[in-house]
Amino acid sequence: MISQNNRPVFINLFQIKLPVAGVMSIAHRAAGVFMFISIPFWLYVLQLSLQSAESFARAAEIVQSNWLMPVYVLLLWSLFHHLLAGVRYLLLDIDIGVEKPLFRQTALAVLVAAPVVVILILAVAL
Amino acid sequence: MSRQLSGLKAWVLQRISGIYLGLFTLYVSFHLLMNTPSGYEQWSGWISSLPVTLAFMLAIGLTLLHAWIGIRDVLIDYIPLAGVRLVVMTLVGLVLSGCGLWALLILV
Repeated sequence: MISQNNRPVFINLFQIKLPVAGVMSIAHRAAGVFMFISIPFWLYVLQLSLQSAESFARAAEIVQSNWLMPVYVLLLWSLFHHLLAGVRYLLLDIDIGVEKPLFRQTALAVLVAAPVVVILILAVAL
Repeated sequence: MSRQLSGLKAWVLQRISGIYLGLFTLYVSFHLLMNTPSGYEQWSGWISSLPVTLAFMLAIGLTLLHAWIGIRDVLIDYIPLAGVRLVVMTLVGLVLSGCGLWALLILV
């Protein structure tokens, strides 16, 4: 029999004051959830883009539509934050950046770099 | 599925799929920047070449696997009621499986 686990669990993110690596970590999760939710949308766009020349034009229209821009910006941020945080986790796995000053600095770097990359892309694209 | 995909195995799969997806994202981004398809012909021609189709199939499959492991971890943390969690996890699993079949129909 597994004994009842009575340790307290408190994961209310609005009441916990997280350290910078914690903020980066929860943002990595949130970014993953955003991209998960968008999977069916991108499959639909991919399907449209490959069916015919007319549906390709429709897909191009959707990808360039202005009212979806906030969603695209959020997903672009999600992609870069998730990717950079993921690379950081892989480096931690091979014992790079585990010690305290670097551990926090890389977490902060990921938090700052993702929005900067998004702004740069928007500046070039628009 | 959840029973087999847990612990060390899930940890390893999450990293292998993450590495592939990171490299795939870079490859597709650079390709689209350097050879932006001018229209339907070029775009569908690129996707339907065998290596690219296979790379996309693998990427979509690994995306669904990566999403399953990640969402499963989030649900385990945030849904304490085992019954509710099981229902939500089943729904997520069905949606991801459906997406996998859909992707096959799109790419084949």
